[in-house]
Amino acid sequence: MREDSPLAAYMALMAVFVPFSLVAIGGGPSVFAPMQREAVDVRNWLSAREFIEIFAIARVAPGPGSMLATLIGWKVAGWGGALVATAAIFVPSSIVCLGVSNVWNRYRGRAWHKALETGLAPIGTGLMFAGVLAIFRLAGAGPLAWGTAFVVAGLLTFRPRVHPFALLLLGAVAFNIALFFAR
Amino acid sequence: MPPPSASEKPLVPLLTIARVFFWTGVLSFGGGLTGWIHRQVVHTFHWMEEDDFLSGVALAQVLPGANVTNLCVYVGYRLRSYAGAAVTLFSLLAGPTVLCVLVAMAYHRVSEYSVLQACVDGVAAAAVGLNLRLGIIGGQRVIRRVAPTIAMIATFLAVGVFEWPLVPVVLVLAPLSVAAVWPRKGADA
Repeated sequence: MREDSPLAAYMALMAVFVPFSLVAIGGGPSVFAPMQREAVDVRNWLSAREFIEIFAIARVAPGPGSMLATLIGWKVAGWGGALVATAAIFVPSSIVCLGVSNVWNRYRGRAWHKALETGLAPIGTGLMFAGVLAIFRLAGAGPLAWGTAFVVAGLLTFRPRVHPFALLLLGAVAFNIALFFAR
Repeated sequence: MPPPSASEKPLVPLLTIARVFFWTGVLSFGGGLTGWIHRQVVHTFHWMEEDDFLSGVALAQVLPGANVTNLCVYVGYRLRSYAGAAVTLFSLLAGPTVLCVLVAMAYHRVSEYSVLQACVDGVAAAAVGLNLRLGIIGGQRVIRRVAPTIAMIATFLAVGVFEWPLVPVVLVLAPLSVAAVWPRKGADA
């Protein structure tokens, strides 16, 4: 069910997505389930089937997974809705991040700041490895995906100057070759 | 470009930042172009140091919001204060916002899109390779010392293998990791 006027639709989109932006601790996917409940069951913006569809589209299209909100906005109120929803889901959390970055930078150079940085770096590194595992688990990836990732990482290790564009292209080519032979 | 003074690096042009993050956004299939951002920011342009970037990665994941936008805000703010953060966020999101709606509009026409799907999956897998490389670079720095090594492995096991929720894990491990490298009075290192 669409909202009565564009303005009402924009307000409703903001009312839904601004809070989600601020509580999406650990990343966008942490609020996808409540987002579905709100958009499908509470507001009747789209059907459960449509939600699954735009979830798939958000995964295929470029951009963070939270672009799910952009597509809900588009369904509700066209391009204007897409822009409002995008701003509503990304800007509030970015302002929080900006505040934290500000405080973080103000004390740069102090001994305890250096310790915080040195202590947080291994956490960030561990999260990177965990993320690699999580993405492959999520995508139900086969040996091809793992192979591509390891070849790319290996190439970067021994040929550090290779352009990342070329590596992404390599991935696309490899998957299309596999597709060709799978037919 | 003005010559760098003793400690200050020259200001990074906002247009360069916009260009880098625009492409970061357009190419970010399947989430997680952290490895790509790291390559550009730390290795290609030498805008930031490794530890600076990696601690930003940890902050970006703990704070609310999409990890990649948080990281961009962190990097943008570091480079050019508020203007930098606004530019990174806007240029990151501009491309994908338009593209994802276009894909949605064309969705029913390209349901027979196996080649497109293969391209997207392939790019996503390669992007994971970039992330893996970032992990290896971070790992090589971390394993020089015992406590950070333990912190890294514990984080990986808890979040990656056991799939425990990220935020509580980080809230427990980060203080321990920091405490282990805290400068002690009278200690020489």
